[in-house]
Amino acid sequence: MIENINPGLIDWSRAQFALTAIYHWLFVPLTLGLSFLVAMMETIYVRTGKEEWKRLTRFWMTLFGINFAIGVATGIILEFEFGTNWSNYSWFVGDIFGAPLAIEGILAFFLESTFVAVMFFGWNKVSRKFHLLSSWLVAIGASFSALWILVANAWMENPVGMVFNPDTVRNEMMNFWAVLFNPVAVDKFLHTISSGFVLASMFVMGISAWFLIKKREELLAKRSILIAGIFGLASSLFLAFTGDSSARTIARIQPVKFEAFEALSDGKQNAPLVAFGVLHGSGEKIGGKELPNFIFKIEIPDLLSVMTSGNKDAYVPGLKDHIEGNSDKGILSVIEKAERGKIARQTLLDYKKAKENKDNEQIGVLLKKFQDQGFRDNYFKYFGYAFINSPEEVIPEIYGAFYSFHLMVILGFLFILIFSLALIFLFNGTIGSKRWFLWILLFSIPLPYLASELGWILTEMGRQPWIIQDLMPVKIAVSNISADSVKTTFFLFVFIFTALLIAEISIMLKQIRLGPKH
Amino acid sequence: MTIMITHIFLQNYWWFIVSLLGSFLVFLMFVQGGQTFLFSLAKNEMQRTMIVNTLGRKWEFTFTTLVTFGGAFFASFPLFYSTSFGGAYWVWMAILFSFILQAVAYEYRSKPSNVYGKKTFDFFLLLNGSLGPFLIGVAVATFFTGSKFSLNQMNQVKWETQWHGIEALLNIKNLALGLAVLFLVRINGLLYIINTVEEENVVASAHKKLTFNIIPFLLFFLFFIIMLLVSSGFAADRVTGVVSMESLKYLHNLLRMPVVLIFFLSGVLVVLFGISIAVFKKSSKGIWFTGPGTILTVLSLFLTAGYNGTAFYPSIFNLQNSLTIRNASSSQFTLKTMTIVSFFIPIVIAYIWYTWKSISNKKINEDEMKSDGHVY
Ligand code: HDD
Ligand code: HEM
Ligand code: HEM
Repeated sequence: MIENINPGLIDWSRAQFALTAIYHWLFVPLTLGLSFLVAMMETIYVRTGKEEWKRLTRFWMTLFGINFAIGVATGIILEFEFGTNWSNYSWFVGDIFGAPLAIEGILAFFLESTFVAVMFFGWNKVSRKFHLLSSWLVAIGASFSALWILVANAWMENPVGMVFNPDTVRNEMMNFWAVLFNPVAVDKFLHTISSGFVLASMFVMGISAWFLIKKREELLAKRSILIAGIFGLASSLFLAFTGDSSARTIARIQPVKFEAFEALSDGKQNAPLVAFGVLHGSGEKIGGKELPNFIFKIEIPDLLSVMTSGNKDAYVPGLKDHIEGNSDKGILSVIEKAERGKIARQTLLDYKKAKENKDNEQIGVLLKKFQDQGFRDNYFKYFGYAFINSPEEVIPEIYGAFYSFHLMVILGFLFILIFSLALIFLFNGTIGSKRWFLWILLFSIPLPYLASELGWILTEMGRQPWIIQDLMPVKIAVSNISADSVKTTFFLFVFIFTALLIAEISIMLKQIRLGPKH
Repeated sequence: MTIMITHIFLQNYWWFIVSLLGSFLVFLMFVQGGQTFLFSLAKNEMQRTMIVNTLGRKWEFTFTTLVTFGGAFFASFPLFYSTSFGGAYWVWMAILFSFILQAVAYEYRSKPSNVYGKKTFDFFLLLNGSLGPFLIGVAVATFFTGSKFSLNQMNQVKWETQWHGIEALLNIKNLALGLAVLFLVRINGLLYIINTVEEENVVASAHKKLTFNIIPFLLFFLFFIIMLLVSSGFAADRVTGVVSMESLKYLHNLLRMPVVLIFFLSGVLVVLFGISIAVFKKSSKGIWFTGPGTILTVLSLFLTAGYNGTAFYPSIFNLQNSLTIRNASSSQFTLKTMTIVSFFIPIVIAYIWYTWKSISNKKINEDEMKSDGHVY
């Protein structure tokens, strides 16, 4: 498809996208969660009419505003980066992928940005009720914008609801609802927004704990811990639940990713779940890639079989099955898929040739092929494999996937514990005197950030080499520009985003130290 | 009853929507225009605070319009999105960088411990205010002047110069439109400040500054329009799609589409009217005319670029690779889906209108800046 594959360009483009996305994601989850916490606090203020709750609301709202601004700054670049850096991708799938982005703008971003203005400038200008409504609409708008971008992202993991058009050489949408209710999208949306709720709750609790340590604003701090504790506990339970459901869906839809983050080389019956383990090279290789082995692990017998199939005797395929094929289980090898992908690609090239020669008969025959369901399901489905040179290329970074997944899960359970303890200590009235626990709360603030970024690294690295699962590898998706251009913008982004992040943190810390206004 | 909605109708409809978003964007860049006066208009800190705050209550709206413009273009004409952004890399990157800086500047400029100091953030606003509108103007001008790119069989773009967009700056017509847009948004910025700020000195010096911006605006704008009307354009055959050069193409387009011509002429007249009441009558209502006038004028330019069998994103490397609203659009199904979504736009406009009215019932003055609200 592209004349020459340029590894430097691909790597820099990936690095730039990863960098900008990771920066964006430093701010997004706090926006998602804090907006709801602020709206809840304001609801209590409107219900009770107590000025103390208003002070509390406004304090957290100030922090929200500081974070929101940089969230917006880092977001715009992602939206245009699909065009600037992944232009071949943008054409190949733009017919489907562009729609959620546009809908996000029309339906969600305007909602957020309009009512944010009321939130900040509307005190004393609009009625209390309308102000409260605005705060809720900001929260809903933020989650709504998350929905659409995640629908787009989920489509890349599980492309559904479309058909390939050989004339335009792109995938075209056939079924909007299939795109919207893509099972990956549903899991991803619920898991991601709840991760934002958890992160924001931890943020609020940690800062409140600092006030308790300093013996300032104790009443406000305890109230914040109450709200954040309840919201955080509920969200973290839900988060574990949706994470589990994500994993099951992936086992079905992206088995190689699943096998990578479970480090499952060989398929087995009665497969145990590895709660944690340490990997090292096993010496066994597929192509040039070495498979890992555990030097240490804590495992729960049969659980993986039960989780994936509801039956402890079920067979859970491993990486080898999906690379080398397993005819007993009806799994094609990568080589076989590549053969089929090449046939699909050759059909496309033949079609283009026929078009050029205006060979109408041939055009008709080939067009029929593209419309044939059998061809689509058995050949076109593997189109992307035509560009895979050796089977091991489809194995993602196993160590990265394994550790990021397991660390995320461990942190998830830790958060459930922390939120529970906070509520217990709050209700039995001892939280103010448990200074060790307050310090734990304070130092836990970065942990959900870590878990959350790990989640994305898992998702995105785990689907390598695909930009669109099975249809398009990353290497042919890039724009036709020089690696040096991308390198230059990469370093500009590093410089600017880091400079802005430093300012953001410094402003945030100062506002926290100043505390709620009187 | 079933209504047949043809692909052609949907393409036209979406070109209109995208054009409308683009023209609102140019009008809303009065925020950028205003930002270029932070240093020259304000005589003291309080005055600068007022200017920043009156603009600051609208910046996000302009920003969101830009984002939505990009998203809507992607969804409706993905081939433009992949061709232009992936090709004219540097122009778009420069525009984006300037908007990144803007997005934090308002919120951070007057916050304690902001590391770089107020001046730096105000400088970001100045940078965004001048670079953003100018480059957007240059980029839009390439709709008429063309770019050097080719598309292969698979519709993948290759930019046929090493400059990746920077070459657009070497074309005098592109520069003229860029500068015309810059001076237009500066005029709109001044008129907006005059309309919303309640401080005699600021208003008086804004009035004084008007003239110095009107003259260059008129010069660059007239130059661009005359060049446009006398130049040949990129005509796409309705049946075969073959693109060829047609002399006086854009003039023909305006004559062939009287509604667009009326948009254009009335837009220009209304802009001039708004400017003149501000200059000669010292009226504060100028923006109420230049705003709609700007929207109409820009809209008519977009429509001229895309309708009536015209290639809206021409390739001067290979004419046959030029993009038209026929060959660059999304599929019929996607456009239909997006059309249903577009019916929400009036609701969006309604709530924006309502909320703005409810929070702008006070003018920007010293009291408002000292009140306990959110002040940038
Ligand atoms: C799950 C949530 C989520 C995810 C995965 C992303 N974003 Fe985001 N984005 C938001 C949630 C969000 C938000 C919560 O709505 C933000 C963050 C702070 C804010 O102001 O709004 C936002 C802001 C934001 C803005 C500025 C909007 C404005 O004008 O107000 C743009 C253009 C984008 N994002 C675009 C993207 C793109 C193209 C992404 C993918 C590559 C992306 N975001 C990932
Ligand atoms: C904000 C949360 C996100 C984070 C932190 C994130 C992180 C990453 C990372 C680390 C990579 C590089 C993977 C690698 O090269 O190994 C990447 C690539 C990519 N992601 Fe995401 N991502 C996020 C959201 C999204 C969303 C919502 C989309 C699409 C709508 C998306 C689309 C892409 C694309 C197009 C690439 C480049 C191709 C690739 O290398 O796979 N990402 N992202
Ligand atoms: C409690 C146990 C958890 C489980 C079982 C779990 C499971 C998963 C799985 C399987 C994925 C990959 C989804 C994909 O590739 O599409 C994922 C992604 C992700 N996780 Fe978790 N997770 C857990 C906890 C957490 C925690 C504590 C956070 C952050 C606070 C978090 C944040 C994320 C994020 C942001 C993503 C990327 C978005 C997505 O693809 O859904 N997760 N998680």
